This record gives sequence, C-alpha cells and structure tokens, in this order.
Amino acid sequence: MKQVFAILTVIAAIVVLWYAACVPMNIKGVLTEQERAGAEVQPPSAKDRRDMSEIGLTLDNSFAIPATWAQDRPRLPAPHQVAVELWETTVLKKITSKRSLIYHAWVTLSATMLGFAIGTGLGILLAVGIVHSRVMDLSVMPWAIVSQTIPIIALAPMIIVVLYSVGIQGIIPKAVISAYLSFFPVVVGMVKGLRSPDAMQLDLLQSYNATRGQGFWKLRLPASMPYLFTSLKIGIAASLVGAIVGELPTGAVAGLGARLLAGSYYGQTVQIWSALFAAAILAACLVGLLGLMERSVLKRMGMAQ
Amino acid sequence: MMLVLFAFGLWLLGWWLNSRLASGPQADTRMVRFLAPLIFGLTIIGIWELLVRGLEVPLVILPAPSVIAVRFADSLPILWADFVQTIIKGALSGYILGCGAAFLMAIAVDRWDFLRLGLLPVGNFVAALPIVGTAPILVMWFGFDWHSKAAVVVVMVFFPMLVNTVAGLREATAMQRDLMETYAASYWQSFLKLRLPAAMPFIFNGLKISTTLALIGAIVAEFFGSPTLGMGFRISTSVGQLSLDMVWAEIVVAALAGTAFYGLVAMIEKAVTFWHPSQRG
Repeated sequence: MKQVFAILTVIAAIVVLWYAACVPMNIKGVLTEQERAGAEVQPPSAKDRRDMSEIGLTLDNSFAIPATWAQDRPRLPAPHQVAVELWETTVLKKITSKRSLIYHAWVTLSATMLGFAIGTGLGILLAVGIVHSRVMDLSVMPWAIVSQTIPIIALAPMIIVVLYSVGIQGIIPKAVISAYLSFFPVVVGMVKGLRSPDAMQLDLLQSYNATRGQGFWKLRLPASMPYLFTSLKIGIAASLVGAIVGELPTGAVAGLGARLLAGSYYGQTVQIWSALFAAAILAACLVGLLGLMERSVLKRMGMAQ
Repeated sequence: MMLVLFAFGLWLLGWWLNSRLASGPQADTRMVRFLAPLIFGLTIIGIWELLVRGLEVPLVILPAPSVIAVRFADSLPILWADFVQTIIKGALSGYILGCGAAFLMAIAVDRWDFLRLGLLPVGNFVAALPIVGTAPILVMWFGFDWHSKAAVVVVMVFFPMLVNTVAGLREATAMQRDLMETYAASYWQSFLKLRLPAAMPFIFNGLKISTTLALIGAIVAEFFGSPTLGMGFRISTSVGQLSLDMVWAEIVVAALAGTAFYGLVAMIEKAVTFWHPSQRG
C-alpha cells in the first residue's frame, strides 16, 4: 500500500515538473503568437526577447502562462495535449485509418513479433547446440558474448536497403532486424540457463542411467526457464527498438518509427510524443505479458520465488 | 564454382581444426580458448570472401571483406572524424553525464526509503522502454550537433544505471551494517567504507550495460538529423548512395569502438573489484 502511494507520488511529481517545464520551453513561441494576436508583450521587440532568458520572460509575461499549455506546435507539449492526441488517434479513429495510432502500432508490432519469434527460436537452438557441443561452445560462444558489446543496430539501414534491392520489402526486413537483435541476448541467457543445473543434479541423472536426451528434457530445459524468461524480456524490448529503427531509413509510410520520423520532419511535436508514448505502452504491454507468462509457468513448475 | 567449393573446403578445415583443439589434451588452456574463436572468425571471413567472389555477388548487396578492408584503409581520416564526432563527443560525454547523474540520484534514492519505493519501479519500467524514440525530440531541442546525441545518451543510460546502483547500495548485509554501527561510523563513513565498495560489482554491471546503450543512442540519434559528420550520418548517407563498403567500414569502427569501450570498463572493474569472487577465479 505504501509502495502504491510512493509510486503515485513520484508519477504526480513527474507530471507537475512536466507542466512546469512547458512554461519556459514554450514561452518564446507563445509570446510571438500573442504579439501577433495583438496582446501587449514585455519587452515589445522580438529581438530583445530572443536574448532574454526564458524564466525572465515568464516573470514579465505571467498572463501568457496558460497559453504555453495549449499551443498548436509546442516545443514541449503538455501532458494533457499528448493524452488528448493519444485518445483521438486510438479510440476515436477507425483502426483502418492511416491516422490511427493503433494501425501504426499494429504495423510495428507484427514485425516485432515475427522477428522476435524467429530470433528466439534460432537463439534457443544455438544455445542447445552450444551446451551439447564442445566445439561450438569454444568457437561460437565468445562471439555471441562480444556481439552484446557492439551496437549491431547500426546494421539496420543497410539490411533494409539490401533486402529492398533483392526485392524483399514490407514486414520481412524489419523482422530480420528484430530477429538478430533478440537473437544474441537469448543465446547468452539460454546457455547460462541450460548450464545452471549443478554437478550434483547432473550426477543424480547419471546414476539413474539417463540418456543425454532425457537429461536435457527433464533437467536442463526446466532448469533454464527462469533464465529464458529474463532474456526474453530483454529480447522483446530490443526487438521493438529494432522494428522502430527499421522504419526510419526508408521513409516508411506506416509504423511507429514512421510516425516519429514524419513528426520530426514537419515539427508536429504532439504527434512525436504520442507515437513515443504508444511505443512505450506497447513495450510495457509486451514485457508485462511476458512477466505474466513467466509467473504462471514458474508457478506451475514449482519454481516461483 | 571453384571458389564456392574452396569455401566449403575451408569450412571443413576450420571445423576440423577446432574439433581437434576442443577434444585435444589442451582443451581447457587459455591458448585454445583464444585460438578457437579466432579460427572460427577467420573461417567465416574466408568463406565470406570466397562466396562473394565465387557467386559474383554485386557490391550493392554484400561487399567482400577485402573490399571493406581496402575502403577502411583508404578512408581513415573520414572514419576518424566520424569516430570523434559520434563516440568521443556524443556517446562518451553523454555516458559520463548520464552515469554520473544516475549515481548521484541513486545515493538520494538509497537514502530516502520513500524515493526508493516510488522511483525504483518507475525506473525499472522506463529501463525497458524504447527510449531511442526520444531522439527526434532531443534533436529538435538541442540542435543537430553532438549535444543532442549526448542528451539522447544521457536519457538512455540513466535508468539502467540508476536501477543497478540502487540494487548495489543495498547489497551490504544487515550484519555488516550493524558492525559499522558498533564502530559509531557516520552515514558517510559507512557509505564510503562499506556500502560503496560492496556496490561496485553492481555499479560496474550498470556501467557495462550502458556502454552499448551509449553507442546505440549516439548512432541512432544521428538518423534523425546531424551535421555532415558522424557514424550514423555516414551509415545512412552511404546506404543511400549504395556504397556498402563504406557502411561496413563504419560498422567495423562501431564494433571496434564498442568492444574497446566495454573492455576498458571491464578492465577498470577488474582493478576495482579484485576482491569479488567472480574476479578471483
């Protein structure tokens, strides 16, 4: 209970700070608009205002403060503006509409899920190979670990263009990026998980005369589940980032990344913020869903903490 | 066709070498642990080269490693300028600012229980979000130059670092804290002599995660606008000109910078947390 109160307080503080930050961020633009509308602004010349600090301007023109929360294209939109935009582009628009955020989120989500499924599947397979083959362990595992330190997302623009030039476009290139971004965390986490049974447990299976396959299905695989879910959560977040970044370089017309890019081209800040929040909500839902699955699976397996 | 067969032969050779090494008498020595991945890597590069030449893959799809190496050697000044712009100015300054701010915040969060209860779940939540998406906003605020890249990096590394540091500062056990109490240690004494050293493995874990995030943030932020300089800029424009050898050269730079950055932090970690079981093995 105390924790809920604490979280709510922190969120409230963030919202208050956000509103407060809107004032100095937007005051210059607001004053220019007000001056055009005929209001009396201190100091009157635009040149003087440009050199003044935002705080000083706010103190001189306190009448303009409410206007900083209602600008059309603010530098920093107020929380309620973003919320209204989110509401209008999700609930009030038809999902088939090109302006519906749900449509754009679906475009990104489908690429993310396809890539995540491929990356996770291949990652688990490679992890099984690494655990069972000494040669693969020695030669592949160091590279999988090193890959975690490299910004491999830099490959994204090239993958899009190369796949386009061989005639593949649409969901596949984005899914490829999502797949390789989720691949390596899953490999590393899963190898750790499959190796987590200790020598005592492995010896026990040996004394039961269990085959390698039995050892895998009855001991290693169940023991790896907590590790698998941890890396799946990292993997899906990386997949989503991959799908979003994959939408940037080609000037894609649909998807959350495309919304971000279009917003930044046309200075539609409210649109950028709403796309950003949509991406955040999507990520939170995906990670939360995996968390729920983790809890129920581990509970059924008797491993819940 | 010959070259394709060669590639196949090279694969068999590399695999045979590594299986000999893995099942040989020295399978657990450092030498083998170093040699096996090296052989694997060289085999992959060799196969890549032979296949690209053998199948005559056009340059716009996949350049051969030799072409990339030549391009790398030819454009060292450009690559260096991009490296300085993106890694040194953008990523490194943002990394230092972001990790420093997160560290100070973590001390405050650790000191006041209320903050820990409230801010930590929020921080955990934010750490999983696609923060790269803030790049267009920050580019709009801070301009096209490296300042906006540093700002993106600050936002990206802040929460992972915060969460790790707070977890680390809680690492010292009640017994150890009680001991400090019996010595009549003040808050800062027990902080500096007990809790901060105990937190170091966690802090370095956060620092290591942040190295990769910093590079990702700095490079991706340049896709949203940059001066005519920088690794992300070079990658996106070279892709547009279909000079993929340049893109690969930049990726080599990114890979080298990433591993070097990570390696540097890992080396400092080794020196600082020499007492930790994971470092003594």
